[in-house]
Amino acid sequence: MLGVGLSIVSLARFQFAMTTVFHFFFVPFSIGMGFLVAIMETIYAVKKDKVYLDMAKFWGKIFLLSFAVGIVTGIIQEFQFGMNWSEYSRFMGDVFGAPLAIEALLAFFIESVFIGIWMFTWDRFKPGVHAFMIWMTSIGTMLSAIWILAANSFMQHPTGFKINNTTGRIQLTDFGAVVANPQLWRVFPHVILAAFMTAAVVIAGMSAWGLLRKKKNENHFFKTSLRFGLWASLIFAILSAGAGDLQTQQIIKDQPMKFAATEGIYKDTKDPAPWTIVELIDAKNHKASGQIEVPGVLSILAYHRLSGSVKGMDTINKELHAKYDKQFGKNMNYYVPPKTLFWSFRVMTGIDALIMLVSFVGLIFSRKKKDTIENHKWMLVVLGICIWVPFIGNSAGWFITEFGRYPWIVYGLFTIAQAVSPTSTVANLLFSNIIYFALFLFLGGVMVWYSRQTLHHGPYFEEADSKQNVDPFAKEAFGK
Amino acid sequence: MTLSTLWFIVIGLLFSIFLFLEGFDFGVGMSTRFLAKDEQERAAIMSTIGPHWDGNETWLVTAGGAMFASLPMWYASLFSGYYILFLLVLVGLILRGVSFEFHKHAETKTGRNMWMWTFFIGSILPPFFLCMILLSMVQGIPMNANGDAFPKFFDVVNLLSVVGGVAGVLLSLVHGLNFIRLRIEGPLRERARKLNQILYPILFLGEVVFAVLVFLQTDFFTKRFGSSLFITVLIVLFSLLGYYGVLKDREGWSFAGSGLSLSMVIVLLFNGLFPRVMIATNPAHSILIKNAANSQYTLTIMTIVACILVPIVAIYFIWSYSLFTKRINPRENTVKY
Repeated sequence: MLGVGLSIVSLARFQFAMTTVFHFFFVPFSIGMGFLVAIMETIYAVKKDKVYLDMAKFWGKIFLLSFAVGIVTGIIQEFQFGMNWSEYSRFMGDVFGAPLAIEALLAFFIESVFIGIWMFTWDRFKPGVHAFMIWMTSIGTMLSAIWILAANSFMQHPTGFKINNTTGRIQLTDFGAVVANPQLWRVFPHVILAAFMTAAVVIAGMSAWGLLRKKKNENHFFKTSLRFGLWASLIFAILSAGAGDLQTQQIIKDQPMKFAATEGIYKDTKDPAPWTIVELIDAKNHKASGQIEVPGVLSILAYHRLSGSVKGMDTINKELHAKYDKQFGKNMNYYVPPKTLFWSFRVMTGIDALIMLVSFVGLIFSRKKKDTIENHKWMLVVLGICIWVPFIGNSAGWFITEFGRYPWIVYGLFTIAQAVSPTSTVANLLFSNIIYFALFLFLGGVMVWYSRQTLHHGPYFEEADSKQNVDPFAKEAFGK
Repeated sequence: MTLSTLWFIVIGLLFSIFLFLEGFDFGVGMSTRFLAKDEQERAAIMSTIGPHWDGNETWLVTAGGAMFASLPMWYASLFSGYYILFLLVLVGLILRGVSFEFHKHAETKTGRNMWMWTFFIGSILPPFFLCMILLSMVQGIPMNANGDAFPKFFDVVNLLSVVGGVAGVLLSLVHGLNFIRLRIEGPLRERARKLNQILYPILFLGEVVFAVLVFLQTDFFTKRFGSSLFITVLIVLFSLLGYYGVLKDREGWSFAGSGLSLSMVIVLLFNGLFPRVMIATNPAHSILIKNAANSQYTLTIMTIVACILVPIVAIYFIWSYSLFTKRINPRENTVKY
């Protein structure tokens, strides 16, 4: 058990999972915050309504905190391919490096330079020009998502390549095909919309906590933010569900095993296929039992019609053996971890539905004609607790994507076990895992603490602060 | 010249630009302890690079990405071979990167102190260990036919690599102080100059020791004597230029001098490496540029992409610097850090 538990491959996998999941707490949040703050500042530039300036400034602070942690955890990702997965880097170098380099050149420079300008030029530019800086940052973050997802999509569904006969490695033959990968253009909308939703839920939730403090001068600020957040979270929760549905259509085609596992299907279903809400999975014996089913719904999910059966994992496993045994041997296990995928999918979709519901109810309670939300304390508390929910949903989504590719690191071409650095040792990996884990715990804790503190101070903390502290004989006291 | 050689040069160029820019960031971070005397001064020093540090660090990310995209065998061998050192570089970069935002939010003296210390430590670890990696690598290390590097403890930690690491840190500090002289006004600026007046002679000594060790421990001077000597002389000359700027109180000259010294260190190493990217103790296992390179097709695409994007990046990058030229007065600093 210990030998299995501490193998180099599993330690390297654990590290990749840990670092990407932690990184991916902050990435969607930052992408969403950048976008929503850009909208706030644009509204201010157009309508000159000061509350939107206050919102851009206040939520901008939370954005910057998240952005900082996002950047530093992102550097790990780039180094990690070389450090832990050098065989992967050798095998995939011809395809994989290009999107990473383009991501840096096209996206990282835009976001890092313009966020630097945006942070320090509130008083220097006209509102419209200043809003341009945050738009550039926001566009940078989205471009970054495109390129890293282009790289990931190749791993899910390789396109535009051949295997070089002499080296046995991947060789790029059509860069256009890598960029036009159907996986990419289905996963990107889903990820980006979920990112917007994540930030919107946090804004709504933090505003709800803000309203609970019942400070008169902050009421308008937090009410406007709350409505803004709720509208955004409702819209983007619906849209990201739609985008997820489109992505599912692609997954059924490219990775049927992933789809069968998210639905916990071992045997081929009847026609039309029923959708299992919950079931007990016996992964060892490849059996599922205790299903609670809704007839016909899986056919709708899978094919958008009321007919058609869905292939089970047993059938797909046989098909994959027939297809790959010649190259990879008979001992491969093509079953992906079914419990992880089955429950991740339910957590992810359940959370999306919950967010839709909560946002909708929140909007009704706070509607302009009859705004009673402050009388419904429980509603504000629910909204406040919901802050954490989209982060779980995002992680669940990535679990499906990444665990569902098992045993491949590059689908159908290269296995995870082949990809690990030959130089890796258990000691090194254990050491780095402990260091990363401790660092992440620390950084995550501090980030949450300072966000909470920022909320606690409220949006008008600095104004009050600077009024008190201005020396009557200093230049600033006489205006600029 | 083949495309793979071109990309070897591009990677060298990217690392040079990175060291020029992030070099002063590192030095600025170190100055929070070596130069600043109180909280206000530390915050002022931090704010000189507030808008820039993230963009500067992106050059490292780009260099790494370019390495992966053009010479992936190098990327794979180097990063997996120097596992622990790269981990320490990462820890430094992480601690440093969060310090700016976290310091802004810290409300107690202890909190602010803590983020200043992470800023300081995070500014020393990366230049030290990056230089150590590079100078260990160029001495030749045990490798196998697959290109996996297995450097032993004394391959990594030896006289040249440690002197190289220390020299990298010292040069970054000097460079950072020169940057502070450009961006700060008042007594702090003068103190930065005074400190550099002391540091430069030590730096010259370090550079001579470094040059002698490179001569003894690497094959740079036997493989290409002329160019290696020329670049070594350039490193010293640029440092002399910096020293001249210190003595004459011309911070522009100093800044250019120390930055170019740093860049030239990379040029020296890349010049000596060529046409190899990894040097193995058994020469048969050394990795050559042509064996490390991606296909012609990929390199062509990357070349086109770089030719379009790099000039655009350069324009807004330089423009962003032009926005922040007003000197900061530590006693009237309105930027909150």
